Amino acid sequence: MPKVKIPSPLRQYTGGNPEVDVGGATAGEALGNLASEHPDLRQHLYTGDGKLRSFVNVYKGDEDIRYLEGQDTEVADGDEISIIPSIAGGRCK
Amino acid sequence: MPLKIGAGDLGRIHDHARDAYPEECAGALVGIDNGGIKVVVDVWRAENTHEEERIRRFLIEPLEVKKFEEQAEEKDMGLLGFYHSHPDHPAEPSEYDREHAWPGYSYVIASLGAENVEDMRSWTLRDDRSGYDEEPIVG
Repeated sequence: MPKVKIPSPLRQYTGGNPEVDVGGATAGEALGNLASEHPDLRQHLYTGDGKLRSFVNVYKGDEDIRYLEGQDTEVADGDEISIIPSIAGGRCK
Repeated sequence: MPLKIGAGDLGRIHDHARDAYPEECAGALVGIDNGGIKVVVDVWRAENTHEEERIRRFLIEPLEVKKFEEQAEEKDMGLLGFYHSHPDHPAEPSEYDREHAWPGYSYVIASLGAENVEDMRSWTLRDDRSGYDEEPIVG
């Protein structure tokens, strides 16, 4: 199974675990399975219409999956998938 | 939960906000969460890499966040949250802030004019992402 590394702000939803093994043949499947197993995570990873939030960055090893095949990026047993926050904000006007 | 920031670290956040003015600054709050209070031990400047409109937007790249997390863990501390400035704007989170916020982190916002930081407040995102709760900053 691939391993998903959980950033510290989301560990409260994985029982404190910094790494979770989840099934899935692609990065998207693995993340979907992670959210199914830990439902409170879902709203922080996905928008209401099911897209990954823009500030949720997913890496396979050291590579951003946006520069691979996106959520269709294949993952295998032992691969490490990392969820890495980017921090953004600012005033409205 | 109160957020304890000593005078030295408060001063460093103020300095960063003034240095960046009229653009927004951003940085990391590093320290220890002991369950009853979050104690900031150090503040680390980040580069605001937002490509445009840095007078009202900031971005800390994911690899910089990862580096902060790793460096904090090496020092047996944690990444408690982030600070950023609102030049010529109140120290309250915007809708844009809320859309981009993570749960669990403290978000300190410094409001400043051309001369001085006028207000600084800290916020945490609610679990259901519906809004923020303010947490007291103590010295």
